[in-house]
Amino acid sequence: MMKLNVNGADHSIEADPDTPLLYVLRDDLQMNAAKYGCGLGQCGACTVIVDGEAIFSCITPLMLLEGRKVTTLEGLGTIAKPSPIQQAFMEEQAAQCGYCIAGMMMRAQALLDRNPKPTDDDIRQTLQPHLCRCGTHMRILKAVHRAAELMQSAGKAAPKGAI
Amino acid sequence: MTRLTALAQVSLVLLAGIIGATAILSWHAQIKPVDKANPETFDPALVKRGALLSALGDCSTCHTAPGGKPYAGGMPLPTPFGTIYATNITPDDETGIGTWSLAAFQRAMREGVDREGHQLYPAFPYDHFTQVSDDDNAALFAFLKTRPAVSARAPDNDLPFPLNHRPILAGWNLLFLSKGPFQPNPAQSAEWNRGAYLVEGIGHCGACHSPRNALGAEKRAQAFAGGEAEGWHAFTINAASKSPVPWTVDSLDAYLSAGWHGLHGVARGPMQAVSDNLSQVPAADVHAMAVYVAALMGTPSAQQTTKGDALVAGLPTTGTGSKPQSAGSQTVPLPVTAASDPGAALYANACASCHESGRPVPFGGIKLSLSTSLQAESPRNLIHLIVSGIPANPGLKGPMMPGFGAVLSDQQVAQLATYLRATFSSQPTWTGIESEVAAARKASKLADLAGAPMQIVSTTSR
Repeated sequence: MMKLNVNGADHSIEADPDTPLLYVLRDDLQMNAAKYGCGLGQCGACTVIVDGEAIFSCITPLMLLEGRKVTTLEGLGTIAKPSPIQQAFMEEQAAQCGYCIAGMMMRAQALLDRNPKPTDDDIRQTLQPHLCRCGTHMRILKAVHRAAELMQSAGKAAPKGAI
Repeated sequence: MTRLTALAQVSLVLLAGIIGATAILSWHAQIKPVDKANPETFDPALVKRGALLSALGDCSTCHTAPGGKPYAGGMPLPTPFGTIYATNITPDDETGIGTWSLAAFQRAMREGVDREGHQLYPAFPYDHFTQVSDDDNAALFAFLKTRPAVSARAPDNDLPFPLNHRPILAGWNLLFLSKGPFQPNPAQSAEWNRGAYLVEGIGHCGACHSPRNALGAEKRAQAFAGGEAEGWHAFTINAASKSPVPWTVDSLDAYLSAGWHGLHGVARGPMQAVSDNLSQVPAADVHAMAVYVAALMGTPSAQQTTKGDALVAGLPTTGTGSKPQSAGSQTVPLPVTAASDPGAALYANACASCHESGRPVPFGGIKLSLSTSLQAESPRNLIHLIVSGIPANPGLKGPMMPGFGAVLSDQQVAQLATYLRATFSSQPTWTGIESEVAAARKASKLADLAGAPMQIVSTTSR
């Protein structure tokens, strides 16, 4: 039995310590945003955020997550109330098949959290570990820039300390 | 008090004397500036040969800043003495080598003196380039003179007194520079000699792979005994090589041009740029370098061969292996020590699914008993790999590994490194792992920032 904190809530997990986080998210917690792509940490579809850093959940064993905070796409926003990054990806229509997009959004979110105004080069460099076979790369770039703008205007609109 | 003052006075006089003497020694005439050459006056065949020589010499690796224009300089080179910034070697008149004649270029390559007559720092490996032939210098010169001119001034070097005083390098040259040209060894084959010319000269392999003395010069008596490069350990590549499976001409050849070998691992850190460049040059040149390096290593002992053969036996050689990765995480039993040894548990849970997958490199991770990183004197390279992984090399085939720096604590990285050393090598326990972890963390943060383009003054030709 292990305690796992996902999107701010604690869950008791019954699984071997070598079980990849991705399996726990999808099979035990029914959080299906993170995708199984290659299972090798090579495609990025399974990316989630742990303590502010984007990681591949398919190769991260449960034993490393004791006392850490996991954030998945479900933790950023909902269909009714999407987060800036989700809103921006919809507005730019940055998904075609969409399989890679959840992972892309998570790494882009981690980037925006530490660098609110990334350049094209910053985004390209950061999203390097992600593969997209549909070829919406240019729209993904635009969407990350738009998310940065949305986050900034949201930050300005909200009173200090509200976020 | 008086004695102290006297001592200070004597030291001052001595220092002034040394500076004065080196100033005389170091005097070099300015070579007359030339008008910017018209790129079309260079023979395209010569330019092409220069491009290959530039790749063999990794010129762009140091002379290009991260995100900067090729050959425009500005790349910081950390040395034990301070930071030196690589210069702009594009044909820009003001900030590059636009006004340099071939004679000035050749003098820089052979004596470490720029066109104006200033000493260059030996971070620019003229102690190797001094062996480059006249013909090859002419080709390199033609190649550089036909690059787009970029106006970019490298930042000032960050060196303490008296090292910021260039004339003292005349003393360094007197002690450590043995001028070329390359002397072939008639007792050896033409291929060995070609390899020696490339490795010792333009390739400047010893600049990283040889240890350096307190004054920053390569220790000749310990050539290729292993050295330092940009926070990485450059492995021993002479007879004392610690590679678990002895290198051969063929494996060196494949490794140098592909950047990895199934029985040895992956070229990473500063070696990645070297193998990327060697993938672009004629195969015959890489083979000649492999012949020479294999000769440096010598014939392995019967014991080394037997040990190597035992390690290779039973390794998968073809195909993608029998087990899909999705099954991988549950296929490796926890070692009996896992309960008491956190490093063993980390290996079994986080590493073994690839490193014991039954898939050959590059489809699976290398068996760690083959890895030279685990045999080295310092845990440095292993820790870089654990923290930052082996990112995919854009456009090239090869193994990759995700980094684990984001999910492993410093203590866990240290526990893992200690366990791997004890399990996969018969070498003594590492010390100083903690400081290496801190250095690797810092390097990975810097790599994140490296995507930012450097400041360019202006581009005069586009």
